[in-house]
Amino acid sequence: MSDWQVKYKSSLKDRGTEGILKLREGMLLFVPNDPTSDSKLKVLTPNIKSQKYTKEGSKKPAWLNLSNKQGDSHIFEFQNYQDMHACRALITKALAKCEEEQPKKPAAVLTSAEQLSIADLELRFKRLHKEFVETKVLTEDEFWATRKKLLGKDSIRKSKQQVGLKSMMVSGIKPSTDGRTNRVTFNLTSEIIFQIFAEKPAVRQAFINYVPSKMTEKDFWTKYFRAEYLYSTKNTAVAAAEAAEDEELAVFLKPDEILAQEARQKIRRVDPTLDMEADQGDDYTHLMDHGIQRDGTMDVVEPQNGQFRRSLLQDLNRHAAVVLEGRNIDVDSENTRSVAEALARVKQVSKADGETTKDANQERLARMSRLAEMEDLQAPQNFPLAPLSIKDPRDYFESQQGNVVNEPRGAGTLKRNVHEAYGSLKESILEIRTKGLRDPLIKPEVAFEVFRSLTQTISTAKNIIGKNPRESFLDRLPKSTRDEVLHVGKLKDAMSNSYSQLEAMKESVQSELRHQLSLLVRPMQQALDAAFQHYDADLQRRTAKSARGSAGEANGSV
Amino acid sequence: MATVASKLYSDDVSLLVLLLDTNPLFWSNRSTTFSQFLSHVLAFLNAVLGLNQLNRVVVIATGYCSCDYIYDSSLTLSGNSESGRTGMPALFGSLLEKLEDFIDKDEELIKEQEHDERIASSLLSGSLSMALCYIQRIFRSGHLHPQPRILCLQGSPDGPEQYVAVMNSIFSAQRLMVPIDSCYIGTQNSAFLQQASYITGGVHHAPKQLDGLFQFLTTIFATDLHTRSFVQLPKPVGVDFRASCFCHKKTIDMGYVCSVCLSIFCEHHKKCSTCGSVFGQSKLDGASTVSDKKRKAPDS
Repeated sequence: MSDWQVKYKSSLKDRGTEGILKLREGMLLFVPNDPTSDSKLKVLTPNIKSQKYTKEGSKKPAWLNLSNKQGDSHIFEFQNYQDMHACRALITKALAKCEEEQPKKPAAVLTSAEQLSIADLELRFKRLHKEFVETKVLTEDEFWATRKKLLGKDSIRKSKQQVGLKSMMVSGIKPSTDGRTNRVTFNLTSEIIFQIFAEKPAVRQAFINYVPSKMTEKDFWTKYFRAEYLYSTKNTAVAAAEAAEDEELAVFLKPDEILAQEARQKIRRVDPTLDMEADQGDDYTHLMDHGIQRDGTMDVVEPQNGQFRRSLLQDLNRHAAVVLEGRNIDVDSENTRSVAEALARVKQVSKADGETTKDANQERLARMSRLAEMEDLQAPQNFPLAPLSIKDPRDYFESQQGNVVNEPRGAGTLKRNVHEAYGSLKESILEIRTKGLRDPLIKPEVAFEVFRSLTQTISTAKNIIGKNPRESFLDRLPKSTRDEVLHVGKLKDAMSNSYSQLEAMKESVQSELRHQLSLLVRPMQQALDAAFQHYDADLQRRTAKSARGSAGEANGSV
Repeated sequence: MATVASKLYSDDVSLLVLLLDTNPLFWSNRSTTFSQFLSHVLAFLNAVLGLNQLNRVVVIATGYCSCDYIYDSSLTLSGNSESGRTGMPALFGSLLEKLEDFIDKDEELIKEQEHDERIASSLLSGSLSMALCYIQRIFRSGHLHPQPRILCLQGSPDGPEQYVAVMNSIFSAQRLMVPIDSCYIGTQNSAFLQQASYITGGVHHAPKQLDGLFQFLTTIFATDLHTRSFVQLPKPVGVDFRASCFCHKKTIDMGYVCSVCLSIFCEHHKKCSTCGSVFGQSKLDGASTVSDKKRKAPDS
């Protein structure tokens, strides 16, 4: 079947043997180029357990690693990735085939062989044929009669796939004319009938209603195609006239009521948040060139008989929907009525499915109500609005600021009572002019209170800020108390201790680090120095003072 | 004679320029009436005049839109004493009369500027300037003159729009060595008065009880400059140094200052509106300065 030039490696480290990989019926064969080489290989396809391969684009060469069920792995290095992928695809196919055959293993060897290849089968039949027919054991017919079953079995297996509908549209059925008379002939097959029923529920319904109680099947179809013919002439006026005369004919010409209902239902299922009108721009029907009739002629707009027109788009959509639905009934009979009824049943069931799902309906309602709250879909609410007019923002803020300042004093209504204020001021002056100063200008209690508060203010202020910053609280205490409080001596000892400790620390380190350390230590030392200096000065001052004080006392006593 | 005069004009002779707040908007909603306030003030002025026969008192009314001299003790004829039944010193009759006239004029003025919506502040800057002018005239009258000082009796809130004028007056007073005492009787704090007293070395006090105002005035503000060197007067615990920005006249505690003329702005300007200096881009955002500082620290 397929051969590839490959290098075979039994392991990753193997240098590899060049040769040809052949994929044969049910097995992989490796034939080395060098016939003396002993690395011939034969792998049965069903034995292949897995296949690994290097990814394209990686720097590695195109390797395919097959491991069989015994756990051995075989590496083939392909010349390029294309070959490798082709081989892989074939192996995969073969594996799939093997799997399919697995359950049939217990069957006769013959059948399994038969299914292995048609070529084999052919050969076998030829042989059998030669054996029996040519030796006149069996006649030709007898030979094939027994084999017919085989074909049947095959065909059944094949027809599992559903047969779809033709993509040709029903309306594409053109009448054939003989050219001499005005007679037109429509050829109708069961397939076409099915398609008509599927695409036009109204026709189906009409068929069920009218045939055979009112008319024969032949009459029905004649009427139908008459309507179609009328329609295809695009003479809507004639169509309207005919429809007025014949109500059965009108059924075919009018827009399909059942379809319309279905469409309405579908529209109702559309998410209410979807704005269909907004999508109208995406629709091509309003464009000039898209009113094309199905046979390629332009649609002539005649509004008065609009109901007898169908657009190409509608037909196309309906046809597409039916094709997609596929043949969902299994009635394979020649009886048109049974087809129609089966289709109607299917429709009913699916419709019932759609309807009875109350949950869906409920959900739809909930969605609607939720949607109703969307503000952009609601009528505009006219709230009473006061127009905001701030001419100059600075004015606004300054007036705000002014209010804040004024409010505590209750002078918000500043302008209004400014004249009142002037009036009261003048009244006061008049009052003092007539009455003079108040006789007790100030009550003694008040005066005393003022003195008291002033004294307090002055004394506290003196305590807080009035003092000399150089003298501290400690200076006010008697010396003995102060010493007690501070343990001056102890403190001084501790400080000098730490001073010497710092010195020692400086000495202890190596000379190159000493500078760094002294930089670190210096602020501390300076502080200590200052403290000692202050203490000494303080001590001197104190002793001098006490000496003077005692001298003064002495003088005084004298 | 000169020696007598020099002896007469010792350092305890004072010229007191009193700036009287006559802002009707302030007085209209106070528990203490203006007449009560006036009686305290008049008594105080009388007391000051009585402390030294050479003492002089000038009263300037600080109105809402104007200010004017309403009393000058040197102009009053001492002989014309018509002590009436009211029991009030006659010299204050003219003061009250002038005050009434002044208030009438002020009212006329406020009608003219009806549209104005400024804060109910008094025209402190104007009265301060007038006081300084008067004092300057005293200084120039000869080398023998009383020690001038200014006393602001203020109750209205500060008008931030007057900031520059007030500060200029304060600095003029500082230069003239004229202390500005301030007695704030309003409810809020007056940054202007605090700063004025702080800068010029005056006394600032905000009495709590206005019915005892006379006591406060006589105790604190009657002391002449000589006496102040040995009298403990109340000192403010802190001073409100907040300034008004030059651009929007808002009171701010943080802002931008022109590096050339020290003008204050509440927002960044490309150019100083006062001196015209062009400012460069702010370098604060550059992180390099911070890192420089950080790097320098261990080196030093």
